[in-house]
This record gives sequence, C-alpha cells and structure tokens, in this order.
Amino acid sequence: MGAIEITGIHKSFGKTEVLRDISLSIKSGEFVAVLGPSGCGKTTLLRTLAGFEKLDKGEIHVDGRCLSGRDIHLSPEERGIGVVFQNYALWPHMSVEQNVSYSLKVKGMSRTERTQRTKDVLELVGLDRLANRRPADLSGGQRQRVALARCLAMQAGVVLLDEPLANLDVHLRATLEEEFSRFHQRSGATMFYITHDQSEALALADRVAVMDKGRIAQFATPSKLYLEPSNEMVAGFIGEGKLMDVSNLTPSDDGMAHANLFGKPIRLRCASSASARSQARISFHPSDLSLATAKEEGIPATVKRLTYRGDHLRAEVAPVPAPDVSLTLNVAPPFSIEQGQHVSIALNDGWVLPDPQFA
Amino acid sequence: MSDLAVEQERPERAFRLSRLKLSGEMRLIICLALFVGLLSIAPLGRLVYAAFFTDGSLDLERITHILGGRRVLQATGNTIWISITSTLLASVIGTLAALLVGMTDMKARTAWVFGFVLPLMIPPQVTALAWVQSFSPASPLLAPLGLTLEPGMRHPLYSSGGIIFLLGLYNAPLVFLSVRASLRRVPANLLEAAQSAGAKPLPVVLDIILPLVRSGIFAGAALAFVSSIGNFGIQAMLGIPARVPTLITMIYRRLNSYGPSALNDMALLALLLAVLTIIGMTITGWLGRQGDQRVDGASITLRLSLGRWHWPVATLAWGYLAAVLVLPLSSLAGSALVRGYGQPLTLDTLTFENFNNALFRHEGIREAFATSFMLTGLTVFILIPVSIALGYFLVWRTGFLSKLLHLASELAYALPGIIIGVAMILFFLRPLPLVNVSIYGTIWVIFAAYLSNYLALALRPILGGFAQVDRSLNEAAQIAGAGILSRLRDIVLPVLAPSAAAAAILVFMTAINEIQTSVLLVSSRAQTIGPMIIFLEEAGSSTLAAAVGCLMVLLILSLMLVSLCFSKFLPKGVLPWRD
Repeated sequence: MGAIEITGIHKSFGKTEVLRDISLSIKSGEFVAVLGPSGCGKTTLLRTLAGFEKLDKGEIHVDGRCLSGRDIHLSPEERGIGVVFQNYALWPHMSVEQNVSYSLKVKGMSRTERTQRTKDVLELVGLDRLANRRPADLSGGQRQRVALARCLAMQAGVVLLDEPLANLDVHLRATLEEEFSRFHQRSGATMFYITHDQSEALALADRVAVMDKGRIAQFATPSKLYLEPSNEMVAGFIGEGKLMDVSNLTPSDDGMAHANLFGKPIRLRCASSASARSQARISFHPSDLSLATAKEEGIPATVKRLTYRGDHLRAEVAPVPAPDVSLTLNVAPPFSIEQGQHVSIALNDGWVLPDPQFA
Repeated sequence: MSDLAVEQERPERAFRLSRLKLSGEMRLIICLALFVGLLSIAPLGRLVYAAFFTDGSLDLERITHILGGRRVLQATGNTIWISITSTLLASVIGTLAALLVGMTDMKARTAWVFGFVLPLMIPPQVTALAWVQSFSPASPLLAPLGLTLEPGMRHPLYSSGGIIFLLGLYNAPLVFLSVRASLRRVPANLLEAAQSAGAKPLPVVLDIILPLVRSGIFAGAALAFVSSIGNFGIQAMLGIPARVPTLITMIYRRLNSYGPSALNDMALLALLLAVLTIIGMTITGWLGRQGDQRVDGASITLRLSLGRWHWPVATLAWGYLAAVLVLPLSSLAGSALVRGYGQPLTLDTLTFENFNNALFRHEGIREAFATSFMLTGLTVFILIPVSIALGYFLVWRTGFLSKLLHLASELAYALPGIIIGVAMILFFLRPLPLVNVSIYGTIWVIFAAYLSNYLALALRPILGGFAQVDRSLNEAAQIAGAGILSRLRDIVLPVLAPSAAAAAILVFMTAINEIQTSVLLVSSRAQTIGPMIIFLEEAGSSTLAAAVGCLMVLLILSLMLVSLCFSKFLPKGVLPWRD
C-alpha cells in the first residue's frame, strides 16, 4: 500500500508558477526524499499531495485511487495520508495519548479499541511511559516520536515529512535521522521526505528527487545523483560538484571516454549513448582531484588558498593555463603544501554530462 | 505495521459526486454568510433603500426637502462641529497620557492606566448624569467648597461646549490605547541614537517619537471621531435639555414623536449620519497613512527619567484622574444616597432607599436588569462560536466571501448604534415570513441588533488569537481526518480559549450597559438597563437614576477586576485596561 503516481501537475500562486509539469512514480514502501534549494516548490509539492492545495493541472493517484485531478479534490481529512510537520504541530492542549488517538476518535472507533491501539503504538515508539505528558513537557526527540506515532496510529500508507529536522541542532539530527529509518522499516509506509539538506536526503532515501525552480531536475538513487548527474543543476548542487569544459571527447565502448582538459588527456565515465564531439561539459567532486604523483602527467596549477579541516587540508588551486578557474581538492596528511606553491594535479574521475541538445 | 494490522476500510470515493456535494467548510461559510447577511447586510441595505425610496419610487424632492431643512442643517452643523472639536480634545489628552505612560518612569503606572481607561468602560449616559450632578449640593467634593449651582441657574454643561468637553474626556482613552500600541513598536535604539546625537528629552519627543507614532494618533482619532458622532448617551443627556440638536438626538426625538410613520425620514437622517461617519473615518485614515513610519528592530521601551519634574507631573496626572473620575462618580454616589435631588449629603439625609428601590421595588428596573443580562449572555453565547468560525476563514482561508463578511461586520460595529436601531426597525417591522410573527417591539429585535452590532467586537481579540496560533495545528487535525466542526471544537477552541474569554468579556461589558442600539428598540414590553437612566432622568427621578448608574458602574468595575485576575493567560493588549 502506498504507491504514489504523480502525473504532469502544475500549480501557480497568482503569476508565480510554483510547480511546473511534475511527474513522479513512487513505489509502495519506498523512501523518497525531495531535495532542493529554498523556494524551489518542494513544500508546495508536499501540500498538494496532502490535499492542502488544489492542482491547476495534472493528477495524483495513491494505490490507484485518484486524490487530485480534473474536478476531483479530496480534502486532506479524506485522504488518510500522514504528515509530520516541520514543527510537529502537536496539539498543546492534549496529552501525548490524546494526540496519538485523535485520528481514531474522529473516525468513530470505540473507546476500548482506541485505547488498545494507542497503547500498542506508544509502546512501539517507546513513549508508553509519557502517555499523559503534555507536548510542552517533551524533548525535541520525544516530540518527533509523538508526531510519528500519530501517523502510525492512523495506519497511513503514505507519510509526508516536511523538513522535520530543519530547526534542530546537528547532534540531535543524527539520532532523529535514525528514528526515521526505523519508523520506515517498522511501518512499511511510503515516505515522502522534504528537505534542503543533501546529506540528510542522500543518507535516508532510496531515491531522491532534486527539484529546481518548480521542476524535477533528476529523480534517481543517491549514488546515481552523485556519480551520474543528468544536468548541470544537479551536478553543481550535489556534493560540491564542479563543472568544466573539455575538448575532443571520444567515448569508447566500455562506458568510458577520453578527452582533453587544459590540454592534458583525461579519462572519464560517460553514458553509453554519448557520442564523440569536440566540446563537452563534465562534472566531478573535490575528492576526484588529487596531487599528481611524479609518474603522472598532471595539470600545472598554483595554490591560492589553504583551509585546515582537521583530517585534511582543503586547497583551492588555479590551473596555470586558465588562472581564473578555481578548483578545490582535499589533500591528505602529511601536509607538505603551502600557498603560492606550484603543483601538478590529476583528475581521477569525472562524468560527462549528457549533451543538452540531445537530451 | 504487521503487529497492528487492522484491515483499513477505505471506501472507493474517487468517483463519488464530489462536484455536487459541498464540503463541510463550504457549508459552514454559507451559514456564516447567512448569519451576517441577515443581521448586518440586509437591514443596512433595507435602510439605504428606505432612505431613498418611498412607496417604491425615488422622490428626490422629498430628499432635498428633508436634507435642506433648517433644523436638519443646524443638527448636521452641530454634529460635525461637536465631533471634530471633541476628537481634537480627545487626541491631545490621549496622546499626552500615552507619552507619559509609555515614555517616562512615572510611578504606579498600572494603577494610573486602570483609572485613565476606566471612563471608557462607564456607560456614557452614566458619565453624563454623574457630571451633571457633580455641581449638585450632594457632591462630596464641590459642596464643601461652596461650588454648587443655585437652583434655577443654567447648568454649564448643558451647552455644546459641555458636550464637547465630556465627549473629549470620554474618548481620550481610545486615543491613549492606540498611541500606546504604536509607542510599543518604536525601537529604543532610535531614541538612544537621538540622545547620543545630543537631543534633550523634549526634542526627542517632538522630532522622533511623535512622527513615528503618527499613525497611532490618527487611528485613535478615527476611533474617537466615530465614537463621538455616535455617542447617544452624552449627546442626549446634555443636548436635549440644552436645546443643542444633533443628528442622533433628532432621530431619537422624531421617532418618539411621530412613531414608525416617520421611518423613511429617519432612514434618510441615519444615512446622513452614516455618511458623515464614513467620511470622517476615511479622512483620518488617510491622514494617518501619510509619511513613512515603518520601523524595525526590537522594541524595548526606553523610559526617560522625569527627575525633578517627577512631583509636578505626578500631581498633574493624578489630579486629572481626580477631576474626571472621582469628582463625577462621587457626586453620582452622593445623589444616589439622598432622598431628593438638590439635598446636601449629610448623616441626616443619608439613605439607601434609592438602591433598595432600584434593586427590589421598582419592577421596571428589575426587569430591565434581567433583560439586559439575558440578552447580553445570549449574545456572547452566539457571537463567540460565530467569531471563531469566521476568524478561521479570515485567517486561514482568505477568500472573497469571508473578507466581505468581515467588512460588513466592521461596518455594523463602526456605524453609530442608533443607525443599526433604525435599520432593525425597518427590517423587522413587518412580520417574519413563514412564521408570520413580528418580533418588532419584543426583546428579540434588540437581540438581533446586538448580534449585528457586536460581531466585529467579538472578532477582534479572536483574530488576534488566531494570529498567534500555528496553522499546522489545524492541518494536522485535517490529516487525522477531522471535519471542520470537529476541528473547531477540538483544536481551535481550546487553543484560542484565552482570546475567546477576552472577547466574551469585551462584548459582555459593552452590551450590558449599551444605550445607542436599544434606545430606539425598547418598548413597554422590552426594556434594557442602558436607556433606563435617560427615562428615569426625563421622568424627574434623578436620585433613582443615580442609584441605577452607581449599580452599573459597580458591575463594570467588578467585571474589570475579575478579568484582571486571569489576565496573565490572555494575549498582551487584549484587555485595554491593563498596562
């Protein structure tokens, strides 16, 4: 239960187009993160799924049931979709138990059945001893568990999470991230997780939809997003990606290609469909660059800036053939490098972006 | 969720007739629209129609004849002059008081604010009565000084100057509250910057503070203007004996003399009054919007030290309270405690007979108290849920219809109550359709007028409360499957309880003593306590009127004190009498 089918949805507020032709197909039980900079429309996407916003165009189906579409708009209370709000939205005047059992109460479930179900759920999330507390007396982590317990109690097949960790400090985040994974395994629900934090998205999700200016830029597994971005936006957004132009791209049959970067030959990964061309864009991450060994023929560069990062030094270097370009690489200890020094750097891995003209 | 697996019944609803079936929210907003439409929009529409059309035709000659009549012109002139000058007086006093409280380190501010705002809570007809009696021989303050009026002397307050003076004092707290709210938003660092630039306290006030609170001053002046022009109690108590006709007293006296046959003329005069009110509000509103007063930053109040001015200022401030509060109220009590008007208050003449009469003997007064309590209670009981539902749509579901309803309720509140009275007579004069019963002349027409008049008053604190509530609490309840009525009952009402309580107090205190709305609607069968004072005074029972006035003041005071006890649960600024 909980397969989501979003087809071609549009949403505008006045003249601003917030969602433009978004289609996503999410399998039942999948953990999907929607990742994007603020203002990209990801919260609006969640609110259309929950039923708080009506669609201008397109359809939303869950398990084959049409929730939003032409002339159809089920109200949020008819959808049976769980939502964990950014601030959890626990009702301050109700105890933990009342918060969790409220959905059962309005459904008209008998008191005995309700009490039993609520008790089971609270035990499951480890809140049974706090059942009579008010939300104000709970810690951040406990509040999150109440919010999740609410979704458990209503047996939601789909749970939407709206940046639930955005306001928390770093130490708490790691613990709570774990909580989400556990909840996912336990409930089997489809999770739809909105965030602007890519480490969160990459760590938690089975697949990540990267959003940009109201569109889905790419919807793929975390490793594919990192290694094989399908366009410049994703390439630049994920993992401090860097874009560069190369010349003389010649793919070989094994998914690899040869090209020239600053006049030096390099080896790259590319899509099997990639064709030979004189100009191409590639993307890579700081970890793909290293100082060239004596045997290698590296790109000559000057060290511009060094930042101490504990286990490594972050070096910003400018290639000698193009002094305006800045490349970032991580240098492992022992640190024998200083500002202004001339070095030779090697690009060990890179990905050829699909030619936008053919995409 | 295997250990909890209960087969979930989820009916196939995607293809139900959702196009025809109205959602719960739609049904609720339609009910609200009917409520406001029937009680505010339709009667006011009926008033406008009756003003222009007699027997279904537009008689321009009649309209010009009435509006051009010498007495109407004189009343209009008086109305405009009195409203504007009393607004100026109220603005000066109110602004000075707000600066004193908000900007200086005056001592015992809380008590002073309570005393300063108190006159606003006292029904104006009681205020007028108290002031009239402050020159009587029973006055405990002026009588020992020999400052009483000889019998037969013209009372100085029975004049247009007297009306202006009392309206100015009565409305000064309105300006005070508005300016104080603006002052609280002025960041202290703007003042500190002026001080470090070398400005002394006086230039700081004149050059920095006054321009920044300009919008507050004009907003308060707009309120004072609306309150002055529609203040029936003071205009009638002083203006009728003084033969200073104003529009509002003219409507009242003509309706008393000619009865419902003069309704079309009354409607026209009421409309003229409404137009003057709206013009006044618009002009003050426009003046308040001139100039840029946007400020940002933390608003930590800066208090200027009074230093050696402390004692003169404190004497002046407390002297003012003594003059506007103690002097009239003590005279009112004095008059209530003697057997006949004009007697001095001594141990020999002291009697509690008037209170005894008012509370137990006089059937009319007792019934009027009972009617007022019942109608006010019912009004609160209906208006609080209605305001919560309307507030829900106004704050969380902004749409055209809810804005229209808000505007209509605001209009019904801002227009002088006597206009609502005329509108209600016109609307309910004929029997109600279907049931064929006329509620005209019964308490229910007063009830309808209360519902129309006080909706906006109940709505304000509740809107303030909504603004502090996270809307995701409502959305979470929607997610849980709760319909609109369950959400309002289970989520919104408990969270908004303090604001709803404040709204209930405000409506109760305003409606229990009101005079302007019901003065045209009362009949021998239906009396409320507010107009009772005027009737008793007109009938010559001044001491009994004073006793009823004292009882009303005591009632208001006790309600204010009770509300102070739980004010710590209320959002800041909801109770005007709390600093």
